[in-house]
Amino acid sequence: MAADYPRSLQSVLDTFELFPDPADRTNLLLGYADQFREVPPEVATRPFDKSHQVPQCESDAYVWAMKMPDGTLKLHFAVENPSGVSAKALATILERSLSGLPADQIAQIDPSIVERIFRQNLSMGKGMGLMSMVEAVRALARRGLGT
Amino acid sequence: MNPNIEQKGYAHPEVLASTDWVAEHSRDPGVRVIESNEDTLLYASGHVPGAVHVDWTSDLNDQVRRDYITREGFEQLMSRLGATADTTVVFYGDKNNWWACYAFWVFQLFGHTNARVMDGGRVKWEKENRPLTREVPAYARTEYKAPERTDQPHRAFRGDVLKHMQSGGQLVDVRSPEEFAGTRMHMPDYPNEGALRGGHIPGAKSIPWARAINPEDGTFKSAAELRQIYCEEKRLSAGDATITYCRIGERSSHTWFALKYLLGFGDVRNYDGSWTEWGNLVGVPIER
Repeated sequence: MAADYPRSLQSVLDTFELFPDPADRTNLLLGYADQFREVPPEVATRPFDKSHQVPQCESDAYVWAMKMPDGTLKLHFAVENPSGVSAKALATILERSLSGLPADQIAQIDPSIVERIFRQNLSMGKGMGLMSMVEAVRALARRGLGT
Repeated sequence: MNPNIEQKGYAHPEVLASTDWVAEHSRDPGVRVIESNEDTLLYASGHVPGAVHVDWTSDLNDQVRRDYITREGFEQLMSRLGATADTTVVFYGDKNNWWACYAFWVFQLFGHTNARVMDGGRVKWEKENRPLTREVPAYARTEYKAPERTDQPHRAFRGDVLKHMQSGGQLVDVRSPEEFAGTRMHMPDYPNEGALRGGHIPGAKSIPWARAINPEDGTFKSAAELRQIYCEEKRLSAGDATITYCRIGERSSHTWFALKYLLGFGDVRNYDGSWTEWGNLVGVPIER
């Protein structure tokens, strides 16, 4: 049975489904990577706190979740590896589709979305690092829930 | 042609191309620069002008069996890249040329010896602020004719490795010390791909692949530095048959390249079955 995703994330997944051609999907991912916005200095500056580092991610990614006045979360990312194109693409997708959602919804995101988004662009090592990014976001959201 | 490389004392300096040389020749009709990475998005995000992309999973591996492409598959690949038997192929890529050396090694199975690796790979090219483009070049298709794949000179199979081990032959385990010791079943940051046992092939020497490179720019260390590591510290003999292995044969193709071409080891083969095979074989000896 298909997982029930927030509308914003489902919209991204639906967009990828529209492009079965690997070259189109690659361009779509590159488009997200190009739009990557690094964590603003008011949230974090280098050297980044290691407690925000995504474990098992070769691209040296970091993630922050800021609790907003309305109780939702705002996600921020940094990707220190300049070759971390996939990590930047996923960071952009997560930041755009999950920011503004309540922590309990974010905590339920299934890391398998990585497979749906990256498909043939998922190599052995990279897949684990990207799923770890989702896990790190979930962990922050759970922390935001106080669990 | 490559003055810096010529001065590093390698047995076969002609297998390396400098970034200067590639910048000058990447669009020569007789040259085909090939990027091969782990991250399949990397080439699309920007590559050396004129370079084409070869993906190690979809282009070099059989899509059903665990094996490499056949002669027909290699002919199709090279024809698509617009290469002929006379084309000088120059590989480069991410992760300090892991996948570039792996692709170079697979090309040797098909006898395409007119091949080089760009010393330093992507990291050096980027650090030198050289241009990267997203323009995918279109080369006229050729009719490449390849010989049948000949594994024996370059590739070791499990039976070869068992005999080699039993006769006390030189084995080089290029994985991390933790994988060698069996305390870890896979590379840090990588998934366990299913090896049921940890450890190493008895008698193997632990020499992690990255010891062969200068971490600041990804270039290979000089012959004298490599000799110090492999021949003096680890007591390997260039005159003795040697088998390298890692997890699936990609990191060990990097060491295979260094031993064979940079230090001039006469008989060195890569065991691509590596730990994902040996760690699952029933009854073979394992050391921890």
